[in-house]
Amino acid sequence: MASGTTTVEHAADAATHGAEASGAGMPQLDFATFPNQIFWLLVTLVVIYFVLSRIAIPRISAVLAERAGTITNDIAAAEELKHKAQAAEAAYEKALVDARAEASRIVAEAKAEIQAELDIKLQKADAAISAKTAESEKAIAEIRAGAVKSVTAVAKDAAKEIVSALGGKADAKAVTAAVSARMKG
Amino acid sequence: MATEAHEEGTGLVFHPLDQFIVKPLFGEGPIHWYTITNATLWMALSVVAIIALFVLGSRGRAIVPTRTQSIGELIYGFTYKMVEDVAGKDAIKFFPYVLTLFMFVLFSNYLGLLPMSFATTSHIAVTAVLAMAVFLTVTIVGFVKNGTKFLGLFWVSSAPLALRPILAVIELISYFVRPVSHSIRLGGNIMAGHAVMKVFAGFAAVAVISPVSVGAISAIYGLEMLVAGVQAYVFTILTCVYLKDALHPGH
Amino acid sequence: MEGDIAQLGQFIGAGLAGIGSGAAAIGVGHVAGNYLAGALRNPSAAASQTATLFIGIAFAEALGIFSFLVALLLMFAV
Repeated sequence: MASGTTTVEHAADAATHGAEASGAGMPQLDFATFPNQIFWLLVTLVVIYFVLSRIAIPRISAVLAERAGTITNDIAAAEELKHKAQAAEAAYEKALVDARAEASRIVAEAKAEIQAELDIKLQKADAAISAKTAESEKAIAEIRAGAVKSVTAVAKDAAKEIVSALGGKADAKAVTAAVSARMKG
Repeated sequence: MATEAHEEGTGLVFHPLDQFIVKPLFGEGPIHWYTITNATLWMALSVVAIIALFVLGSRGRAIVPTRTQSIGELIYGFTYKMVEDVAGKDAIKFFPYVLTLFMFVLFSNYLGLLPMSFATTSHIAVTAVLAMAVFLTVTIVGFVKNGTKFLGLFWVSSAPLALRPILAVIELISYFVRPVSHSIRLGGNIMAGHAVMKVFAGFAAVAVISPVSVGAISAIYGLEMLVAGVQAYVFTILTCVYLKDALHPGH
Repeated sequence: MEGDIAQLGQFIGAGLAGIGSGAAAIGVGHVAGNYLAGALRNPSAAASQTATLFIGIAFAEALGIFSFLVALLLMFAV
């Protein structure tokens, strides 16, 4: 029922008597339009196929490959730079360690030098001090000896005077002995 | 025959299928096989859109892609991965073929959703040719690649021997139903969506329910946007599944 | 009443065929729901099965489309 009366009249009628046109059946089953649709569909598919397979797909796959290559290269370059940076860091660390060792060595050296100098100076000072001490002790001993002598003489004189003042005759020898005895005691 | 039914009752006039009528673009006259019709126009527009996306969009061949180029690359990568994953590595030589089908169906579906446009994929003539192309390719490739071993597809060697003839009949039927379901799924989905929208549009003639009608059309339109993409995807992935059967017929 | 018994039968048949769309909806919901349940149990395997999900939905939906087609044929083409 649908197929025979289709095409133009229906298209024209569709505007005015839409119900009639649709009443004639589904447009999908209007077999008169099939050759037309199939022909143009095949044309369309062939055109799309050639556009895609001749132009689009090679181009896009080339772009994708190029991009993948670029990315790989960039990653490799970045990896290399990273290695370089790591090497530089290692070198820096090594230099730092060396410098530290050098510095501590210098410090130790200086310390040892200073210590040695200090020791010598101390020894010298000690020697000087002990010499001075000995000298002073000697002087003190002399002074003490002098003082004892003087005291003895003074005591003898004083004892003689006292004895003579008391009217006795001072025996020099006895007085000296007595004073000496007293001095000892 | 069903004419009077439309004008009964409320007086609403529905002709949801008028949008699918193929008519000559220039002048009037019978539709010959070479006549330029609205179907021709929208097929041509889909070709133009594909060329714009894939040829003009990627003409810069940029390492850092422009927006259009990256959409093209996205579709390329998506389809390539689908062919590779579903149909296997040796199906890659069918990639241009699969991409052609996918692009045509996708663009026809979406262009068909434009208001006042013509949905070429809603016609069974179009989808049947697409499905038959897939069916013939799969069958021919299957026999060329595997010879008579391709018939092993119907002889389920893992099943008990007694069941195998029955299974063979079922497999054979399901094999020949493939192009039918493949084409009707696509055409029916698109036709159904467009017809439903037209039906809701018919309700818009009544002032009281027109807001509901407009809301419903918007909702259905959103659904149809999804369906258009999903049906193109499903058509392509089923093509890949069938190709896998042709290349590796073992179960 | 105008019209004939054949037309009555067409419309009744078309309406009955429309039920098939609802049945297909149940089928699609079943597929998607089971996929979601499985995906929540084992989310790592979900992504690899999206293609299977769509194939399943397509097969379920195709049968609903068949019934829709039968309805349309009864309405407009018989």
